[in-house]
Amino acid sequence: MKILIVDDFSTMRRIIKNLLRDLGFSNTHEADDGVTALPMLKNGDFQFLVTDWNMPGMTGIDLLKAVRADEKLRTLPVLMVTAEAKRDQIIEAAQAGVNGYVVKPFTAQALKEKIEKIFDRVG
Amino acid sequence: MASEPQTSFNEEFVIELKECAKLLTEKLQSNQFEEASVLIHTITQARDRHIFQSVGRLTRGLHNAIVNFNVDADLSKEPPKIANSDIHDASNRLNYVIDLTQKAAEKTMDVVDEAAPIAMNLGQEASNLRTEWARLKRREMGPDEFRQLYDRMDDFLGQMVTGTGQISKNLQDIVLEQGFQDLTGQVLKRVIGLINDVEKDLVSLVRIAGQVEEIAGLTDDSETIEHDAEIMHKRKIEAEGPQINKERADVVSGQDDVDDLLSSLGF
Repeated sequence: MKILIVDDFSTMRRIIKNLLRDLGFSNTHEADDGVTALPMLKNGDFQFLVTDWNMPGMTGIDLLKAVRADEKLRTLPVLMVTAEAKRDQIIEAAQAGVNGYVVKPFTAQALKEKIEKIFDRVG
Repeated sequence: MASEPQTSFNEEFVIELKECAKLLTEKLQSNQFEEASVLIHTITQARDRHIFQSVGRLTRGLHNAIVNFNVDADLSKEPPKIANSDIHDASNRLNYVIDLTQKAAEKTMDVVDEAAPIAMNLGQEASNLRTEWARLKRREMGPDEFRQLYDRMDDFLGQMVTGTGQISKNLQDIVLEQGFQDLTGQVLKRVIGLINDVEKDLVSLVRIAGQVEEIAGLTDDSETIEHDAEIMHKRKIEAEGPQINKERADVVSGQDDVDDLLSSLGF
């Protein structure tokens, strides 16, 4: 499965990449902002998007909305991994069509569970 | 910033105003219209004088703030070009913190990447040897196999010595890398100090500005109130970064909370 990891902190991208690799997903790519991620997704044939919320160019929530609005990317499974923890934000992400929401700091177990849940649903 | 007895200035003006008003009423009641007119002129002048004085205090306050925070700016440019300032310095320090913590995290992960395979391989070999050893104990092993096991065990013990030595060094390196916290802590403390000073000065300025508004008769119009309400609404869904106050009612306290919230909404 081809996965795109988006976060403006390289440390976090590395951590998520390592955890995904431990779960058996080694075909991972990275972007440091929604702005650079969107064209990658449009031209890419990615099957899973893992994104942070807070990014300087285009935020994760805006990236999510752009993905859901794009004809080709509409059904792309999206997992948000973010420090944003306000109820209103979580609700906004859910209403915008996010498939899972992991709050930082997170455990490897939490990440694993959410990913399994997403792909059980999508099938 | 020196705190002046601000309220007394406005009070002084109000007292002056009250006296003039009393006098004005008297003049009007006794039909001394020319003198009443002069009095109105005097009142207006007094008000203007007070407004100018308040505005002067405000500009002086702002100037002091710029001096206090060592702002070295070319104000003639649009927008003003800030060459240097305490806040500029604080920004640099915060970037230093980001830099330092990133380097420490990367270095730590590099060291772990080095140690993890060593641990895994030792574990794997130990597991294999254990299986062989169990066969030996069950007397299922022939002499050739035993000789192989004999040598393999010797190798393994050697690997253990080297491997665990390396891992110990790695663990020590990881502990050392955490030293960044001391440096970043010092930097952050200084920046916190600066931010608090800036806030104090801002609040002081807002107070003076309030006095100007009072004298000039400016009040919150409906446009300002609407605008403020819009900002408060936007703040609700604005990104805030990691939450540090778990007591806040509008914030979740962990992954379980997030999951509960989402399932309660049917997601």
